[in-house]
Amino acid sequence: MNKKNITLLLAGVAGLSLSGIAGAADRHTQTIAATCMTCHGPGGHSLGAAPSLAGLEKSYFVQTMKDFKSGARPASIMKRHASGYTEAEFEAMGAYFASLK
Amino acid sequence: MTLNRRDFLKISGAGAAAALTGCATTPSVARGHVVVVGAGFGGATCAKYLRQWGPNLDVTLIEPNDKFISCPISNWVLGGMRTMKDITHGYDNLPKHGIKMVKDYVVAIDTAKRTLKTRGGATISYDRLVLSPGIEILTDTVKGFKEAEAAGKVVHAWKAGPQTALLRRQLEAMPNGGTFVMSVPAAPYRCPPGPYERTCMVANYFKKAKPRSKIILLDGNPDVVSKKPLFTDAWNTLYPGMVEYRPNNAPVAVNGKTMIVTTEFDDVKGSVLNVVPRQRAGEACAMAGVRNDSAGNWCTVNLATFESTTVPNVHIIGDSILASLPKSGHMATNHAKVCAAAIVELLAGRQPDPSPVIANTCYSATSSTTSGYVANVYRYEEGKGYVSQPEGGATPKGDELNFAYNESWAKNIWANVLG
Repeated sequence: MNKKNITLLLAGVAGLSLSGIAGAADRHTQTIAATCMTCHGPGGHSLGAAPSLAGLEKSYFVQTMKDFKSGARPASIMKRHASGYTEAEFEAMGAYFASLK
Repeated sequence: MTLNRRDFLKISGAGAAAALTGCATTPSVARGHVVVVGAGFGGATCAKYLRQWGPNLDVTLIEPNDKFISCPISNWVLGGMRTMKDITHGYDNLPKHGIKMVKDYVVAIDTAKRTLKTRGGATISYDRLVLSPGIEILTDTVKGFKEAEAAGKVVHAWKAGPQTALLRRQLEAMPNGGTFVMSVPAAPYRCPPGPYERTCMVANYFKKAKPRSKIILLDGNPDVVSKKPLFTDAWNTLYPGMVEYRPNNAPVAVNGKTMIVTTEFDDVKGSVLNVVPRQRAGEACAMAGVRNDSAGNWCTVNLATFESTTVPNVHIIGDSILASLPKSGHMATNHAKVCAAAIVELLAGRQPDPSPVIANTCYSATSSTTSGYVANVYRYEEGKGYVSQPEGGATPKGDELNFAYNESWAKNIWANVLG
């Protein structure tokens, strides 16, 4: 291994320790939110009967997902989806969708 | 891959040492050239998210077709509920995301040199390659199919396009009182509920236009593969006496002149024959040497990154992979997002998300006003792959609300893939 490669390797490893964990966590939320958009429209703006998610208040989003999961709010498909996520993911998704215009 | 405590300490130590020597003070940015092969649900989505999450990446998307023709909703065309125009969309918006579109076929891939060649003569090099070629239909597995297909007598219509339009014309030309014979390949195949939805869409058309007609479904599987309660309810209540279901009846031969499908048990004559042969990963996967399951049909991948388990820097998404996940367009778009996220992290020198979560949502119409769904969330666990979460499942009966959501789903997924 030459000197340049060693430098690149160290730089890469440092990147992981400095920003990699936080980066992966953000990407985790972004990836989940992107899968929601398949039905709820690009950028959270729906073109059909499924509701838009962009700009929803975080607390409303989180409570709605909790209610779908518990069954407090009757749903067609959403109990099946909501049951697959953690409350921490609801919070992160809620913050993300609230940030979208 | 998850980090254990010892790995984490090792990395922290190395990171601290690097920081002290001043090697890295700014977060790294993903750079490099990612080439995506195939602009279907998986490939087009992956290209878009690579650019969105890695704005400094160069992304090239190679696709030979002028237009995107959607397999989802193509059964509605066969039932006369939609036209080919409704399921055909342009690629005009993709370059606006900074994606370089190349209209060409890939003819060779050299994974050692990380280059590929196109039919048009171009050589393109890559840092990471994403293959999303869809399926290759094994037309040799049903004797006589190739000849009948070439003569325009029998089609599979399992890739939406000219065969969809031809099958619709055959159904329109069929006399009232005729028989539509369809076959289902042994799993795994593209779109598990597709054959049963197709049966419903053709039955819906017959009920209105040709009520004395019959449908015989020859299934190469021991039972209905997907959404059984939904489809059997539709056959029994909406189309009583019209649909005859025969499990364990894979076709071994078809004759386009006598219009007979031969199974292991008997000869079945029809007015319109729709034989869907078995399938494997698209041809580009063979070129890259990544059809690496035991039968050499499908691609095994690291499901957290969708990188081939045997060929580095090559990722495979969509119908071509071997996994306990349904081969659906919806799933392909979600493979694409996890894959894009992983590539962005890898090209930035970071660790990809070790526990991605994806979901499938699949609607099937049972009539021109009713649909049902199956939905599951899958959470990746190292050593286990994607684990289906509790409460996933399917509706037992189609209804009008889900038909509205089915239509909404199509509009939104098309906009996500191509908008």
